[in-house]
Amino acid sequence: MQESSGRSTFIAWLQAGPLALVFLAFFVLPLVFVVIVSFWDYNDYQMLPMLSGRGYTDSFEGCLAELPGLCTIARTYLQTLKFCAIVWAATLVIGFTVAYFLAFEVKSKEWQIILSLICTIPFWTSNVIRMIAWIPLLGRNGLVNSFLQAIGAIDEPLDWLLYSQFSVILALVHLFTFFMVVPIFNSMIRIDRSLIEAAYDAGATGWQTLWNVIVPLCKPGIVIGSIFVITIVMGDFVTVGVMGGQQIASAGKIIQTRLDALQFPAAAANAVILLGVTFLIIAALTKLVDIRKEL
Amino acid sequence: MIEGRSKAFWFLAIFFGLYVLFLYGPMIAIYILSFQGPQGGLTFPMNGVSLTWFAKLWQGNGIIDIGESFTRSLGLGVTVMVLTVVISVSAGMAFRRRFAGQALLFYVAIASLIVPSLITSLGIALEFRLLDDYIINHFGDWGMQDIADNWETAMGLYTSGLGAHLTWTLPFGLLIMFAIFNRFDPRLEEAARDLGATPWQTFRHVVLPIIAPSVVGIGLFGFTLSWDELARSSQAIGPVNTLPLDLQGLTTTVTQPDIYALGTVISVVSFTVILIAVLTIRVLQRRQAAQGSDAGKGMV
Repeated sequence: MQESSGRSTFIAWLQAGPLALVFLAFFVLPLVFVVIVSFWDYNDYQMLPMLSGRGYTDSFEGCLAELPGLCTIARTYLQTLKFCAIVWAATLVIGFTVAYFLAFEVKSKEWQIILSLICTIPFWTSNVIRMIAWIPLLGRNGLVNSFLQAIGAIDEPLDWLLYSQFSVILALVHLFTFFMVVPIFNSMIRIDRSLIEAAYDAGATGWQTLWNVIVPLCKPGIVIGSIFVITIVMGDFVTVGVMGGQQIASAGKIIQTRLDALQFPAAAANAVILLGVTFLIIAALTKLVDIRKEL
Repeated sequence: MIEGRSKAFWFLAIFFGLYVLFLYGPMIAIYILSFQGPQGGLTFPMNGVSLTWFAKLWQGNGIIDIGESFTRSLGLGVTVMVLTVVISVSAGMAFRRRFAGQALLFYVAIASLIVPSLITSLGIALEFRLLDDYIINHFGDWGMQDIADNWETAMGLYTSGLGAHLTWTLPFGLLIMFAIFNRFDPRLEEAARDLGATPWQTFRHVVLPIIAPSVVGIGLFGFTLSWDELARSSQAIGPVNTLPLDLQGLTTTVTQPDIYALGTVISVVSFTVILIAVLTIRVLQRRQAAQGSDAGKGMV
């Protein structure tokens, strides 16, 4: 303000410096190394700093030969995208409904804070615990199977409840709906209530108001929530591992498998491929909304 | 909405109730099951009530030393919390001015939130491996052969591990700071300056007390996100394990309720920290409300 802008910029950089340094050392440089190492060669026990496309060719092995069938990596990505689509749809519907209740139906500020806190607390607890918490419910002798057997709906316990695609999807929805609720709630709370009154006064039904007024105004929140959920599911290997009994493949699991075999360039190549795919999805989503205007 | 407690309200309220049950039901189930009797299994019914599995956890089962990783995770969590608060508040102040590279720094922070954790973790692991290789192969050229000979790794809890956790907690801290300053009235600072306060006095006696409740919130995010962090730790933590890594290791061989006991112990820490934070925030807000001046409120 009174100070010269040069001095002001200097102070700002001094204040932002630690943040910038942490991101430089532990985020930007590491990503650069991932890209560089993805073009290195490797043998059974170490990486060799020589230019090579082996990380990529190994990853796409058989993709041309097996046409029109799908190679391993294509099948894996297809499966991961399927998880993404299902989890995205489920978290969107649940997240939107929960956010709507909090933003429009809960009138008292006090209750809004308490109920929001109830939704947030699990986010501050361990994801792995929230995963293993499904074991007593979904296991062969779990509550769901016992209940279904007791009422005579099934004779044999259902096997597909746990360590299956079903349990992976259930756990992902369980863990990450929160990431949909927060941005959508944030958009809803900013909607001018008089717009909704106006819609009613103009004769719109509840559904028409919801679809033509509220949903379009929530679009930024929906897009931000979608970006969170989709990128988390795309890169996930922990949930797929624990809830899939380490038997289900995913884009993240490929990287982990390569790492366990100490094939760093191959792991890095897969990381670059995953980043590329994720980036394309985000780019498509951000075409729909300008994130900068939302903060 | 207009007709008050409508059918829509009750439908949504029930939906919300079911969502909360979905969130908490499974967790509560394992908290109960961790008190399983000595003969009890992984599922209901309870076969007696005992502290057997906690005792077993305490003694250690030979494979992992839970006590060690508990202390490690706690130390790392507190360190991450303090650094997240200091770095986020400082950067939050910076973002109130315009400075070159501002937009870039913001996008990097958002990217750090969005890029899959495993990739960040892999990158940090590669960075430190290459650093180790460089030290071992080239420090001799600089006349430090003895360092090169004895070098093992620069990777560790408070180097690569700490950095990995900060890339996850700092974006949250920064976003909370943005939310704070979007609602902050800069006239309060101008008033302090007009009264002759130095920039530090203005920050210490005017800005900090006002933003204090939210700063506690940043600390809460910093600790809990680090305490439970797994994906970023997986490659970058170095030779020792944190508690979530031990817990994940146990899931592959889960046969007894001791894993639930570990889950309960970890959760007790989380809930204690959450409770302390929420109570502190309430006390700070009450104090603000009590001490806040009513100047300007009835004078217009």
